[in-house]
Amino acid sequence: MENIVSLKNLVVEFEDGEQILKNISLDIKDKEFVTFLGPSGCGKTTTLRIIGGFLEPTAGDVFFEGKRINGLPPHKRNVNTVFQRYALFPHLNVYENIAFGLRVKKLPEKEILKRVGEMLELVNLKGFEKRTVNRLSGGQQQRVAIARALVNRPKVLLLDEPLGALDLKLRKEMQTELRKIQQALELTFVYVTHDQEEALTMSDTVVVMNNGIIQQIGSPTDIYNEPVNAFVADFIGESNIINGCMPEDCVVEFTGRRFACVDKGFSPDETVDVVIRPEDVKVIPAENAKLTGIVESVVFKGVHYEMTVDGVDHKWIIHSTKAEPVGAMIGMDFDPYDIHIMKKTEG
Amino acid sequence: MKQLKVLSLPYLVWMVIFILVPILMMAFFAFTTENGALTLEHISDVGQYANIFVRSIWLALIATAICLVLAYPIAFILSRMEKHKQGTMLMLVMLPMWMNFLLRTYAWMTLLGNNGIINYLLGLIGLGPYKLINTSAAVVLGMVYNYLPFMILPLYSVMEKIDKSVIEAATDLGCNSAKVLFKVILPLSLPGITSGITMVFVPAISTFIISRMLGGGSNLLIGDLIEMQFLGNAYDPHLGAAIALVLMVIILVIMTVMNQFSPDDQVLI
Amino acid sequence: MKKLGNVYLALILLFLYLPIFVLIVFSFNETKSRSVFSGFTLDWYVRLFHNKAIIASLINTLIIATLASIISTVLGTLAAIGINSMKKVPKAVVMNITNMPVINPEIVTGVSMMLLFVFFAARMNLEFGFVTLLIAHITFDVPYVILNIMPKFKQMDPHLFEAAQDLGCSPFQSFRKVILPEIMPGIISGFLMAFTYSLDDFVISYFTSGSTSQTLPITIYSMTRRKISPEINALSTLLFIAVVAILIVKNIIETKQAKKNAGYKGV
Repeated sequence: MENIVSLKNLVVEFEDGEQILKNISLDIKDKEFVTFLGPSGCGKTTTLRIIGGFLEPTAGDVFFEGKRINGLPPHKRNVNTVFQRYALFPHLNVYENIAFGLRVKKLPEKEILKRVGEMLELVNLKGFEKRTVNRLSGGQQQRVAIARALVNRPKVLLLDEPLGALDLKLRKEMQTELRKIQQALELTFVYVTHDQEEALTMSDTVVVMNNGIIQQIGSPTDIYNEPVNAFVADFIGESNIINGCMPEDCVVEFTGRRFACVDKGFSPDETVDVVIRPEDVKVIPAENAKLTGIVESVVFKGVHYEMTVDGVDHKWIIHSTKAEPVGAMIGMDFDPYDIHIMKKTEG
Repeated sequence: MKQLKVLSLPYLVWMVIFILVPILMMAFFAFTTENGALTLEHISDVGQYANIFVRSIWLALIATAICLVLAYPIAFILSRMEKHKQGTMLMLVMLPMWMNFLLRTYAWMTLLGNNGIINYLLGLIGLGPYKLINTSAAVVLGMVYNYLPFMILPLYSVMEKIDKSVIEAATDLGCNSAKVLFKVILPLSLPGITSGITMVFVPAISTFIISRMLGGGSNLLIGDLIEMQFLGNAYDPHLGAAIALVLMVIILVIMTVMNQFSPDDQVLI
Repeated sequence: MKKLGNVYLALILLFLYLPIFVLIVFSFNETKSRSVFSGFTLDWYVRLFHNKAIIASLINTLIIATLASIISTVLGTLAAIGINSMKKVPKAVVMNITNMPVINPEIVTGVSMMLLFVFFAARMNLEFGFVTLLIAHITFDVPYVILNIMPKFKQMDPHLFEAAQDLGCSPFQSFRKVILPEIMPGIISGFLMAFTYSLDDFVISYFTSGSTSQTLPITIYSMTRRKISPEINALSTLLFIAVVAILIVKNIIETKQAKKNAGYKGV
């Protein structure tokens, strides 16, 4: 697989000197579903707008199929965008909205009819041609926006939080549908979201961003199981993050106790972030436990119970299929490979 | 869309020459003599006409108050009508506005005249004739008649947006009709009240037609005073500019005060 | 309660319409009496159509209102687009100055423009008349056009312009195909507002017109200053009928459009 879009050392700086992107480099492979994931203001939408051509980076280069495309206006780029609130043209009906790009290219009427028809079928909107877009539901508007972009047969589709305005059930349906469309048409999707679950379910590759910096690039499984720092760990799923230190290789000390782990290569007594997923905390009888705590609350979450446990120096979140009574003293233990040790990030 | 800024250039030039410069010229005239020397004479001369200022403000205030009292129930009744009736009724209320206001004022001239139809009808039952025209009451009547729709429209557009369920909620929480009015409708219609007041008060305080046609010579208002300095016998554009400037400042102060009461800076036209 | 409301509404409507109806009734009166109806005649209408001053000023008013509203619509539309893409502070400054003719009493706008024209008249052989009148009308019309268009930009999805470019339009094409249709309702209502204000304006025209070029309201004013003449009643009647006719047509068009839009629901 070759790279279709490459970003090299992108910097975006506002006039007041505030840096939105601080040196971003990334390769996006052809036919890949890439998701930029991060909290609002992390620079994910900015990166998308640079690829779309709506924003010029202060420094750095953008390559498309190996050619540098800095300065190329949006209408000359072979990418299309699905905007956050769709940006459908209110003065045009569904058919004309989808046909818009083809009309600009002055395609023959027959060709337009055929291609718009295909798109309407793809997004399940047959029979809606004459409808005013304002009279469509959120989900339908979303489909029009996707069809309007795809009808131009772009090599890359950019999607800026396209499902943000939809309710949960519809969002789930659209996630599967988008993934299907991407695989059926063999396109490259660059997707922006702040919803970690969405990112994990849909993507081939997840790019976690924060403060204008790429924190981690990897497959959903890698990102979830092997977060590189406390930010990623915290942002992807729930985590217990505790201050600790490494007295020696494969031994970590936190809340005053020592545990075996599998990480090594830290300088002696280096302070670190210790990350443990809630489902990796094992509940054991208090009397033979190194670490104990008192159950503060228990909430039923469907598949598991979520317990808050007041331990020494730290409130633990524990996911377990078995609930303990509130007020009970319990013990906690961890398998060495479930304890993730991370270098402290600055700031 | 940055490059689109240039499109406003022709208007910006126009705006500076024909909006900004005239206002600055007016200020310049107010503070200079015929030879161009700086003076405060004209501004202090305005003080001589204090009685006219007081009368103008007073009559405009009365007219504004009457308009508010008359318009408030109308706007409320309109806003609670069935939707399809609202449009027609609103059009009926606003329709006289579309007649030139000189003609509307002229209508009252003929009604109120000494030989007018009101005195004639009163005469039939053995009353009068009364002196109706050329009184300050006639001036106020003219103002109310001409500017009442200016009060109804903003009030209506605010009240129309008050959701019926808000009123129902208030009743549900124990408000009787009077409490609903004072605790819910009145506060919610405040922006309409303030913009209605400015829309009536500003033209009322600066009119010279109504006072001339219905007030005779005896009820001079600020507008008459200004007109006389520019097109009348008392030709003195420097004094006229000074009076106009003072009028402008008075209105600006009043509008600033009114804006304090308005929660958001919406301007209803 | 509801009955009381209807009675009140009826009284207010009576107050608003009675003077106009009296005016209309007496336009058909044989004598000049303003209180006794002595017999039916159409004389005043005949005289009205032979009154050269009125006919001339009516034509003049229509010309000025048409020219002023067209020019101010073009000027104002371009201005609104430009202002919309300005930064916050310059935008606020321009909008505040633009608001001045709207907020200021008409008499202040009128005399301030008169001062400017006097200044030019003395130096540049400018005469008070058609030109000054037209300039004055454009000046108070443009703000209404701008104020009608600006909210359309606010209502518009900020990404529409980008979406059009994304789909292959050059910036100019995006403007023509997407932005213009979106602000069109504002342009049209701005134009209509400018036109009606121009037709109706008396105060500003009064200070900026010369003896050579009068508008209908100015002629009406000078007629009311002279002896009362039932010709004014006749003129009022005709104008009232015209206004009613226009509003009815407007209403019919609007209802039709509303029905047409509602029709989509069923599809």
